[in-house]
Amino acid sequence: MTDKKTGMAREKLVNIHVNGTACEITVPAWRTLLEVLRELGHVEVKCGCEKGDCGACAVLLDGEVVDSCLTLAWNADRRSVMTVQGLGGPGKAHPLQTAFIEHGGAQCGYCTPGMILAAKALLDDIPNPSLDDIKRGLSGNLCRCTGYTRIFSAIRAAAQALRQEGGTS
Amino acid sequence: MLPSFELLEPHSLDEALKMLATSEATPLAGGTNLLPDLRAHGRAGRRFISLAALDQLRGVEHKGNRVIMGGSTTLNDILRDPLMPKAAPSLVSMAKVFAGTMIRNAATIAGNICYGSPSADAIPPLLSVDAEVTLTSAAGERTLPLDSFLLGYKKTAHQPDELLKTVAWTIPAADSANLFYKLGRRRGDAITVVGVAVTVVIESGSCSKARIALGSVAPTVFRAKEAENILIGGPLTAATIDQAALTAAQASRPIDDIRASAEYRRHAVHMLVRRLLTQAWQTSGAKQHD
Ligand SMILES: Cc1cc2nc3c(=O)[nH]c(=O)nc-3n(C[C@H](O)[C@H](O)[C@H](O)COP(=O)(O)OP(=O)(O)OC[C@H]3O[C@@H](n4cnc5c(N)ncnc54)[C@H](O)[C@@H]3O)c2cc1C
Ligand code: FES
Ligand code: FES
Repeated sequence: MTDKKTGMAREKLVNIHVNGTACEITVPAWRTLLEVLRELGHVEVKCGCEKGDCGACAVLLDGEVVDSCLTLAWNADRRSVMTVQGLGGPGKAHPLQTAFIEHGGAQCGYCTPGMILAAKALLDDIPNPSLDDIKRGLSGNLCRCTGYTRIFSAIRAAAQALRQEGGTS
Repeated sequence: MLPSFELLEPHSLDEALKMLATSEATPLAGGTNLLPDLRAHGRAGRRFISLAALDQLRGVEHKGNRVIMGGSTTLNDILRDPLMPKAAPSLVSMAKVFAGTMIRNAATIAGNICYGSPSADAIPPLLSVDAEVTLTSAAGERTLPLDSFLLGYKKTAHQPDELLKTVAWTIPAADSANLFYKLGRRRGDAITVVGVAVTVVIESGSCSKARIALGSVAPTVFRAKEAENILIGGPLTAATIDQAALTAAQASRPIDDIRASAEYRRHAVHMLVRRLLTQAWQTSGAKQHD
């Protein structure tokens, strides 16, 4: 759709690779990646504050963790997005997911997808993080249930498991 | 949902500058200031220019003792730069406590400076190393000290047709210390209550240069120049340091808000400037006299 007065595209066909699957969707400039992902059925991406405070909407965009509520869908055009589902799931859980279950790192679970993806980005950068590194890595993720300590121990355990596996993927 | 807007997507700097010169549009970098503002109280129908595709605006160049940082360099780019801990220690300390991981991946240095908030965390460290900003437009380029770029509350010398292209500074001298401290309600994801950056250069046991930059305690980030002058020309004794710290506190014009009272902020300036100067003197002095 093109604006008659300005000749500018008001909507654009964007092509986003979500967890390895190409998705095409026509969206106007002001739609966020969060809105689009949920519209595409990726409701594992949570909507908390919609202003960058809570990290519930975090996804990996070309491997970098970002708040999808502050990312425009146009900006994800021809790029790869990973949600927590792309990381793993029942039957093929990622060590981070296993560790969150084993260490009680999730209670209501609302913060968990964002927490796990922020932790994944952290471990990709720093395979053997100190407690301070972990706290800094999760400084944009709020949890109202766990008090964080169980999340920290889950991440330490996952880091160890991944190092033993010899990879962080 | 965000109010509707138009988004132009230039692929080169020249194209972006032409768009800025010919249409009323606002640069959009990481969007971490603009998008929350737009959602909270923005009107529909604005026009933005995305800087996302302009790779030449992003990255840090180290040339001898000069550092030239592109405007679209993100806060996490600063943390990933292996030379930055030497090039501007205060800037690295700042980036570690700036927002949270996801915001640091999006937030840019130009966005932080051009938004002009009194609580912009990157500004005190950059003022403490005498950074200059280069602005570019279809009509040409100009460079000015960051200190004179900041004019008042959310007011800067930035003109609507300009982009902030680079921030540059000279690496602090060897016998110097450059420190930052952010006082906030919590360590991550918090708006600064008081931000302090200091630089102290020591030559033959005497302070030859001092910078004290303060955030969140006046309509704009500013240098406490009177306090800096007190430190010049002698050793930094406890009495000199306290006098400078008190002078910096008196130069502050803080407000009461939900995060802290003005009185608390002024007191915190006194204490934090004293602490950082003491630490700076001890580290730079120790380097020279041991
Ligand atoms: C949850 C959260 C936490 C935050 N925490 C902090 C914090 O701890 N410390 C802090 O200082 N800030 C913080 N911020 C504010 C914000 O992240 C920063 O100010 C950031 O640096 C803005 O950069 P941006 O690229 O996102 O700017 P944008 O929002 O894209 O733009 C901000 C302004 O700068 C202009 N602009 C951007 N680039 C240019 C350019 N190259 N030339 C000219 N003008 C330009 C835009 O037009 C706009 O006016 C936080 C924000 C959020 C949402
Ligand atoms: S919903 Fe995006 S940070 Fe809270
Ligand atoms: S588990 Fe409930 S918010 Fe974190």
